[in-house]
Amino acid sequence: MTKKILRNEAFQSLFASLICIVLGVLIGYIVLLFINPTGAGEAIMEVLKNFLHYSKTNLQIKNFGNTLVKTAPLLMCSLSILFAYKVGLFNIGAAGQYCVGICASIYCAVALGLGWLPCLIIAAVCGALYGAIVGLLKSYCNVNEVISGIMLNWIALYTTNMILNTVKESTSPYTFHLNTHGEQAMLPGLGMDKIFAGNQYVTLALPLAVLTAVLIYVVLEKTKFGYELKATGYNKNAAKYCGMAEKRNIIVTLMISGAIAALGASFMYLTDYEQWSCTSSAVPAMGFNGIAAAFLGGLNPIGTIFSSYFIQHITNGGAYVDKTVYCSQISDLISAIIIYLCGFVFFIKYTMNNILDKQEEKQALKAKEAAETQEGGDK
Amino acid sequence: MENQYAIEMLHITKKFPGIIANDDVTIQLKKGEIHALLGENGAGKSTLMSVLFGLYQAEEGIIKKDGKEVQIKDPNDANALGIGMVHQHFKLVECFTVLDNIIMGVEPNKFGFLQKKEAREKVLELSEKYGLHIDPDAYIEDITVGMQQRTEILKMLYRENEILIFDEPTAVLTPQEIEELMQIMKNLAKEGKSILFISHKLNEIKAVADRCSVLRKGKYIGTVDTKDTTIEELSAMMVGHNVNLHVQKEESTPGEVILDIENMTVASKMHKNNAVKNVSLKVHRGEVVCIAGIDGNGQTEFVYGLTGLEPLVNGKITLCGEDITKAPIRKRLLSGMSHIPEDRHKHGLVLDYPLDYNCVLQRYFEPEFTDKFGFLRKANIRKYAEKLIEQYDVRSGQGPITMARSMSGGNQQKAIVAREIDKNPELLIAVQPTRGLDVGAIEYIHKQIVAQRDAGKAVLLVSLELEEVMDVSDRILVMYEGEIVGELNPKTTTEDELGLYMAGAKRDEVKA
Ligand SMILES: Nc1ncnc2c1ncn2[C@@H]1O[C@H](COP(=O)(O)OP(=O)(O)OP(=O)(O)O)[C@@H](O)[C@H]1O
Ligand SMILES: [Mg+2]
Repeated sequence: MTKKILRNEAFQSLFASLICIVLGVLIGYIVLLFINPTGAGEAIMEVLKNFLHYSKTNLQIKNFGNTLVKTAPLLMCSLSILFAYKVGLFNIGAAGQYCVGICASIYCAVALGLGWLPCLIIAAVCGALYGAIVGLLKSYCNVNEVISGIMLNWIALYTTNMILNTVKESTSPYTFHLNTHGEQAMLPGLGMDKIFAGNQYVTLALPLAVLTAVLIYVVLEKTKFGYELKATGYNKNAAKYCGMAEKRNIIVTLMISGAIAALGASFMYLTDYEQWSCTSSAVPAMGFNGIAAAFLGGLNPIGTIFSSYFIQHITNGGAYVDKTVYCSQISDLISAIIIYLCGFVFFIKYTMNNILDKQEEKQALKAKEAAETQEGGDK
Repeated sequence: MENQYAIEMLHITKKFPGIIANDDVTIQLKKGEIHALLGENGAGKSTLMSVLFGLYQAEEGIIKKDGKEVQIKDPNDANALGIGMVHQHFKLVECFTVLDNIIMGVEPNKFGFLQKKEAREKVLELSEKYGLHIDPDAYIEDITVGMQQRTEILKMLYRENEILIFDEPTAVLTPQEIEELMQIMKNLAKEGKSILFISHKLNEIKAVADRCSVLRKGKYIGTVDTKDTTIEELSAMMVGHNVNLHVQKEESTPGEVILDIENMTVASKMHKNNAVKNVSLKVHRGEVVCIAGIDGNGQTEFVYGLTGLEPLVNGKITLCGEDITKAPIRKRLLSGMSHIPEDRHKHGLVLDYPLDYNCVLQRYFEPEFTDKFGFLRKANIRKYAEKLIEQYDVRSGQGPITMARSMSGGNQQKAIVAREIDKNPELLIAVQPTRGLDVGAIEYIHKQIVAQRDAGKAVLLVSLELEEVMDVSDRILVMYEGEIVGELNPKTTTEDELGLYMAGAKRDEVKA
């Protein structure tokens, strides 16, 4: 019976994810021990506690809200990567598509003064078009999507810096706050701020992101479109043989993937939680963390909801590490270690199956020996 | 008394979800003998050999080598015991050269640096000695299956294996290559190597094997000396009843033209010349036309061009009066074309989809399987798959939900054939439709092909198997170096004459 559970796909994914988390925390702890043994335990606890750092319930809830605000874009990024991955594409360009989303949302909100819905739509379209470039290069010029994705990430970054330069504050590198320069574009809160102790950044973005996850699950598992996409991912020769338009499918997939990533950016920047710094020298880490979240979630859209939350939880938790004991980069380092370990889900699953195989073998061997000795005794 | 067995597998039991693939099977391989393993598709032959090679662990039973019990946990253990295997579906690295594939895992090195020259000499020496012609520097993706086969054999010999397992080595070879392989196997046995040989072709077993063990549905049926056993007896032992090895069919009554190909030219991927040159032919309703020829004479490219997998350089294709020269693949399939592909793993199946999803690979978009909102009708897909499984006797562990990857080779093939014939096409293009099938299944598939013909459909058969060509077809076109060099009537011609055409020794001017 227990064996059956241990062999169950879903259980294995969950179990492997948990092991990754534990390993990540452990290694993070060891690293901290090396740097400064006195505060290590405390620091790692802070990372895990995140908003529980505060003792007042009110503050806890408010900061829980902050983690959720950043979970929405991360979830979108991981869905973007997951979706492309199911079709056999590694969309590392999600980071750039996310960047394009930022550019479109902020520009539409501040410079054009559009409402939030048009902002979302335009961002999605821009992300889709940006994804389409990767798709076109892949299907018509056979350019690897990882290479073109990485190059386009840089192009997206500097283009964004350039365009958003027109809507930035004169005294800082940051773009204008939406609540002063584009209030009409801020995502509606739907009264959720009341639930989250007045955290006005918790908005429509959160339910929309979860809805996207469910939608992607349905598309992949239940529809003809998903059937085609997955078939293309598993065996593109067979997809071609049965007349699926594999070229079109690759382009469409990357367009959808790009749109999701760009929407993720809107979900972040249209809450006014953060402003873009026009002197940024790297694309936001969101797109890359999405890769870890997708794998930690066992490449299951529903699983990524939880893995995205977890990754955002420790990323936020990093901020509470005592800066007098450790230098300020330590929080990023620790979350990075944990996130990195999260990529090992499939390795853990594989090892787990190997161990199970060995055990079964041993048991079989023992049973055989027992039977033999009994036979000997009978004689 | 000295032990006469090189390998003994005693009371082996191996279970998979939903099926006992080997149920208390015992086989004993004598030193220096060629021992054949015979059984229907899914009988458990490949599984048994995989247990010996360490790919699977048996739940019960023991393996003895030279009388001593051994544990084989993985292929490395097998290798250390001198056991080598050529798999039913080759396991070569496509983007590596022949030489690299042969020495992979046992690369000779000095201080960690590759010593390829030594390896090359040894490989060439072996290749010379056994007549296994290869080009060590060619890439696997560019060479014929025959050469891939020889690469696999050299891989075993390079490792100095004493016990050689061949899992259906002849299914993908041409008659000439089969002859050569048989000779090679005999030579190896003469040198004292012991060979286990899986084949569905009874005459091959008669020709090379000393003894033959038969499996049926996972159970061991018996072992016989091939000298004292007739082909009929073997096939009866295997399927439990007599099999009619020849197709019974009425005279054909060809009707109007279904497929009309004019001056088709297709480029080659391997060499600069065109693989198919200016081929014209017609296929009528109610006839089976066969393209015969030695592998590599343009048949593959001809079918690719016809089905749209490759573009034409030149020419015109008309299907049921409609010009489909430039039509995309889906359009061709919808206009009544069905295609049993040559390579079941490359084109025929999505191995990571379950069987039921694979059964609707050509029809998933039809209203029966997709509703108007684009959702799959999974219940209908399941039901349809169950129907095909029942009708074509596709055997697997868990029925429609079995992953295609875990099915036996022959049953994968049956699933494809079932899917393509059941589409009820106007034109059935069948490339090696019975590759890897047992005699019972071949009989059934041949009957279905003839039934298609009798129902007024056109059938274009591409086959390397002379017997199949002579038996099933109404008209034979011989392809040699990309051209049709002869049109023969199977009733009046002989296999010898056909052979002359196929070898390019004889040719006529053929008009379409
Ligand atoms: N890895 C696997 N997982 C689950 N079931 C399997 C697996 N491998 C084989 N089987 C099942 O075990 C049975 C025996 O398969 P096997 O490949 O040994 O047949 P075979 O005798 O080689 O047939 P064929 O002539 O078609 O190659 C089949 O029903 C198959 O579905
Ligand atoms: Mg087999």
